[in-house]
Amino acid sequence: MYEIVTKQELAPHIHLIELAAADIAKKAKPGQFVILRLDDKGERVPLTIAGVDLKKGTVAAAFHAVGKTTKKLAKMKAGDSIKDVSGPLGNLAEAGKFGKVLLVGGGVWCAPLSYLAKALRGSGNRLVVVCVGRTENDMVYEKELKALADVFFVATDDGSKGYEGLDFLADVLKAQKFDHAVAMGQVSLLKKVVDLTKPYGLRTMVTLASLMVDGTGMCGACRVSVGGETKFACMDGPEFNGLEVDFEELVKRQRMYLPEERMASMIYEKLGGGVKRG
Amino acid sequence: MDKEKRKHSIEMDKQNVLDRIHNFYEVALGYDEEKALAEAERCLQCPNPRCVQGCPVEVPIRDFIKLIKEKDYVGASQKIKEKNSLPAVCGRVCPQENQCQQMCVLGKMGDPISIGRLERFASDYERKKGVTVPKVEKADVSGKVAVVGSGPAGLTTAADLVKLGHKVVMFESLHYAGGVLMYGIPEFRLPKEIVQSEVDYIKKLGVDVKTNYTIGRIYTIDELFADGFDAIFVGSGAGLPNFMGIPGENLGGVYSANEFLIRVNLMKGYLFPEYDTPIRIGKKVAVIGGGNVAMDSARCSLRLGAEEVYIVYRRSKEELPARAEEVENAEEEGVIFRLLNNPTRFVGDESGWVCGMECIRMELGEPDASGRRRPVPVEGSEFMMDVDTVIVAIGQTPNPLIQRTTEGLETTRHGTIIVNEENGACSRDGVFAGGDVVSGAATVISAMGAGKTAARGIHEYILKKKGANKSG
Repeated sequence: MYEIVTKQELAPHIHLIELAAADIAKKAKPGQFVILRLDDKGERVPLTIAGVDLKKGTVAAAFHAVGKTTKKLAKMKAGDSIKDVSGPLGNLAEAGKFGKVLLVGGGVWCAPLSYLAKALRGSGNRLVVVCVGRTENDMVYEKELKALADVFFVATDDGSKGYEGLDFLADVLKAQKFDHAVAMGQVSLLKKVVDLTKPYGLRTMVTLASLMVDGTGMCGACRVSVGGETKFACMDGPEFNGLEVDFEELVKRQRMYLPEERMASMIYEKLGGGVKRG
Repeated sequence: MDKEKRKHSIEMDKQNVLDRIHNFYEVALGYDEEKALAEAERCLQCPNPRCVQGCPVEVPIRDFIKLIKEKDYVGASQKIKEKNSLPAVCGRVCPQENQCQQMCVLGKMGDPISIGRLERFASDYERKKGVTVPKVEKADVSGKVAVVGSGPAGLTTAADLVKLGHKVVMFESLHYAGGVLMYGIPEFRLPKEIVQSEVDYIKKLGVDVKTNYTIGRIYTIDELFADGFDAIFVGSGAGLPNFMGIPGENLGGVYSANEFLIRVNLMKGYLFPEYDTPIRIGKKVAVIGGGNVAMDSARCSLRLGAEEVYIVYRRSKEELPARAEEVENAEEEGVIFRLLNNPTRFVGDESGWVCGMECIRMELGEPDASGRRRPVPVEGSEFMMDVDTVIVAIGQTPNPLIQRTTEGLETTRHGTIIVNEENGACSRDGVFAGGDVVSGAATVISAMGAGKTAARGIHEYILKKKGANKSG
């Protein structure tokens, strides 16, 4: 069993948990993920690591409560325990010295992005950071990212805070030369960023949240076409050069189990979610 | 016993076909006491038993059958466990027909002794009675061994080493130990409760089992040595699924057999939504491949409610690599064999879900390197199959994680680890390996045999190392 040491709500339905997993904390690096399983009947859910605390022996991860498992996890409290935490899994995100780096994070992904931003800053890069939320109320890790950035932008989908959408990035990219770019977020955001950086041939690393079961190369559920080749996100990624990713296929594969996910979530809400235990 | 009677083995009951295709309960029901006694009675108790020569883990077959004859069933099970820590598993999934039973002298005039069924009976009997764990003697020289992977190879190595007095820590990347026995072989062939009790037995022997530890990620082999392990056994299996590399393979509804079986067996997808992991099965399922994994996938598909399930295999029935018993079970249950056919591409609908599979007919040509006749495509014979689920079961290769993160570990071009067959030693000092990661995908029992060899190799290695230290 793995204890939830702290838990906080970062924005509506977006939570950050710190899990007691000292062995994982010692080894984890930005870009890697853990797989959680809440209980004996639970599914395996991958979450990108958002930081570690070696003193406390904890690993942090943020999640958006959209499906049954994440909704269930959102209801748990500090002091509760979950059955399994496996990790660190996946390869490290590139965090060497590039020069000037563009970082774009959307919603819940701003948490793991700040973990990577810290490493990139530590390597001596200049960081231009864009923090994106749906509305002004949905901003995640804005303060943390701002503190790490040399230049900082805020954008929202509805324009309620900062820029409306990411179109402004076209001017940012036109005005200066970047040596490296990173995007973490939903596929729509990744694709938008890649569309903007592509004209400059700017290598844009994206972290892919493919469907996964084991996360160790066994199932192949996470397969994704990169540069015309099939790759496993868990073994070969999860960070890939976005310029080569087939996003259309990725979206279709992410949605494979949507009807089942909706059903499980609905049953949970109707039958189990609202009931308080004990 | 009269000669005529001795010729025929006692049949084992199976679940009725019409019932069993709607449930995941075990198909073969095992012997009851009366049947076990009758079958054991057939054994000639040869002075020089040949059966044991056919067993990769040297089970004292004649002796345990004698104990069954004497109605000492617990004694029989413990006799098996002297050599084989997983009798309930082996009694169910070993291809006895090609091993011990093939050597049985009774086979010359009739049916050989049903060794597997008797092994299963004895171990099931003991499990129901409550298993007693033998006391492990303290050894003069003992070491600390890491076992990577908790499948049949790892379980065997761990059990043998802990019995010799070594401290053993077993690392498993998934949340349950058991490897392929847990995630791969379906419930109806090998109930998970039985695997769990075999794993529990090994824990009770004193093996420290750490689940959720993916070696190669959380620790490298070098880090394990730095952490004080004297030797490391790598039994990480052949977990990486092969795909065909044909167009449309990334469509929804195209599974690797690994994914399909992990969802069904390990995650209990057939009990969704009570269990959280979904599995979607269509009406028409094509399983590509002809091995045991393909048969398992096809039979799971039927149980999940598929209307038509096809085995699509590029060679003929003669060459099917699956056990004859599994092919027979699949046929009985209504799996349709489309032999001498090979898929060439998959076609999807607008949502990206598979809706068709193009195949080409094959014919058999000259024998290839494997000695089997090579399948050759018949030009212009392409045709479409209407399918909405495809399961690719064309084999697995070793997971490359450990090989990639361990310097000086020699591998073949297929990614398997090279070992000295005498003792399982790898090119890196102190590293041993066995099972599918060495042989490529093979049987449970051959992995256990390799685990046994490596355990001996590791024991000798530690004696030599520690003994030398002492005298130095």
